[in-house]
Amino acid sequence: MPKPLLELICPAGSLPALKAAVDHGADSVYLGLKDNTNARNFSGLNFDAKALAEGVRYAHAKNRKVLMALNTYPQPTTLKRWQQAVDTAATAGLDAIILADPGLMAYAMKTHPHLRLHLSVQGSATNYEAINFYHEHFGIQRAVVPRVLSLPQVENVVQHTPVEIELFGFGGLCVMVEGRCLLSSYACGDSPNTFGACSPGHAVRWQQTPTGMETRLNGVLIDRYADHEKAGYPTLCKGRFEVQGETYYALEEPTSLNTLEMLPEMHRIGIAAIKIEGRQRSPAYVAQVTQVWRAAIDAVKRNPATFKPQPAWLTQLDKVSEGSMHTLGAYYRPWK
Amino acid sequence: MKLTPPAALAKLLARLPAYPASLAFATAFNLTVWKSLQDLDWEALQERRFCVHVRDTGIKLWFSVATSGLKAEKAGQADVTFTATLMDFTRLALRLEDPDTLFFNRRLLIEGDTDLGLRVKNMLDGVEFETLLASFPGVLGRLVNRVRERALREGMA
Ligand code: SF4
Repeated sequence: MPKPLLELICPAGSLPALKAAVDHGADSVYLGLKDNTNARNFSGLNFDAKALAEGVRYAHAKNRKVLMALNTYPQPTTLKRWQQAVDTAATAGLDAIILADPGLMAYAMKTHPHLRLHLSVQGSATNYEAINFYHEHFGIQRAVVPRVLSLPQVENVVQHTPVEIELFGFGGLCVMVEGRCLLSSYACGDSPNTFGACSPGHAVRWQQTPTGMETRLNGVLIDRYADHEKAGYPTLCKGRFEVQGETYYALEEPTSLNTLEMLPEMHRIGIAAIKIEGRQRSPAYVAQVTQVWRAAIDAVKRNPATFKPQPAWLTQLDKVSEGSMHTLGAYYRPWK
Repeated sequence: MKLTPPAALAKLLARLPAYPASLAFATAFNLTVWKSLQDLDWEALQERRFCVHVRDTGIKLWFSVATSGLKAEKAGQADVTFTATLMDFTRLALRLEDPDTLFFNRRLLIEGDTDLGLRVKNMLDGVEFETLLASFPGVLGRLVNRVRERALREGMA
């Protein structure tokens, strides 16, 4: 079978979002279960058994794939639940599961040898040795690479591994070499890797005050927005802090990743799939973003040499973006 | 689709006592969409008080969720308050708008128990629009759908 090229992977936090992704041209949809076995653990979000069955049926009827994110790290006392989630995925007919924990990979490989395994971005593998290790030991067939490598670095990885490489194309940014960030633990005791969110709903408070809208994480003030300012997600990394007498975005400014203009390069390098971030978002977002990326990927496949992002696409994507600008992230940076 | 209320009307609406408005809202809600929502897991929402604040009209609606539908509540403390304009609430209800997008643009504010707010948002997102529509009386349902389709065509989505 030839290696896939620029498959479009879209997020779904609910059945309507899954259908929106399929209807607007996603090749695959990724989703998670209703607990902390995945990194979008928010109240009311995600799939129960019934929605999962209907989602798989809907996507498969239209020849699309469904992937399940099981990308948090089980603890000794909760391991069973993570293993059951792997079983659920296998019985429900999922096309692949996206894992970060090697123990869970071993379980999946032994218990469900035919289930396809992807390495999650939370696995934090940034070089081909690491990716090939997962391939040799657990039969990982695809790896999602953290959003910290430049495109030449990604190319180097692609050239030295049989594993398909998937990149983030659009959406929220996570600066901490995904899977290695513990920032939220300091504020509220929940880390993204075990709790499944770095802005847990129970810890977030927004409040309009005379001086602006305040965002707090477990009481810790992380930002105050004046009325005209755009807001970002309530994560610590996107807060403004006082450092040596100056208050500014000390870690990262709220911006969205948008790599539309790099599509011809990704096409040339042989990137297997492009992932759209945002399982926490609504079906309206999924429909809008999927539509744009479908058109763009089709265009680049028709003729990579003449590809140019249409202004209407960029406007549409900017409209739904976090922060007031978009960035090419680390994919484009001269230093290594 | 423009839905900005004229200033005079907004002033008048703001002066109406809150309870009748909440009652009217809860009644209308129960007669239309409740049928398609009653099977959702409302357990975690029992006894919690919600406030919907329509910023440009000044109207505040207070209600809670009971087994038979929404229950209007007297003005007062709410566990979670949603604030947006009439237009934005309408666009959210019609599934034309993504709440996070509105939040980034400071057009939607969720104050109080964020987890509760997210739960409601996500639960409603999980219901298909067609399912919601099916619980409207025929003519009304068709009208709502036509408005939505037109907005989608106009590229306002
Ligand atoms: S706090 Fe920021 S850097 Fe850390 S996991 Fe969350 S989004 Fe990523």
